[in-house]
Amino acid sequence: MQVARVIGTVVCAHKDPRLEGVTLLVLQPLTKERQPVGRTLVATDASGAGVGEDVFFVRGAEASFPFAPRTVPTDASIVGIVDSVYT
Amino acid sequence: MQIAAVVGSVVATRKHGDLQGAKLLLVQPETPEGEPRGPVLLSIDSVGAGIGERVLVVIEGKAAGDALGKRGAPVDAAIIGIIDHVDDVHARELELARSGA
Repeated sequence: MQVARVIGTVVCAHKDPRLEGVTLLVLQPLTKERQPVGRTLVATDASGAGVGEDVFFVRGAEASFPFAPRTVPTDASIVGIVDSVYT
Repeated sequence: MQIAAVVGSVVATRKHGDLQGAKLLLVQPETPEGEPRGPVLLSIDSVGAGIGERVLVVIEGKAAGDALGKRGAPVDAAIIGIIDHVDDVHARELELARSGA
């Protein structure tokens, strides 16, 4: 998993029907100092996150697990909202 | 998932059986602001996208197989949505990301 900041939302009217009702958010991965690092990506939201919040997300086939028993075609999902980080 | 632009299509008469009937499109990954980023990918299309459209591409085998409707199909990228717009992107964070990348 990785920590990231939600920096935007994606709107798709025409999409795979299994994505209906699923929020798509643009994420910017962060360092442990919470500075932007690496490429932005789009993730499905399984935690009710919003723009400006710091979250953590999971990549890969596991990204569809939070939506079980639905099979949502996703490769990245937000699975938590960060309250604080101690380093 | 990645934001990408559809830049071409590929026709292949001879292909793996699970790919029969699949539409193959070339996609160029982009930043949320629309700048090209990284190499062009070949992706299956499950939503009826066309050249010039901005799309959402899932880059993971299981999800791509699900999108194609054939689990275990030898695919690793699928177009799963046509993007209408990307909102609320914080320009400052993107700038920092680009300078740090």
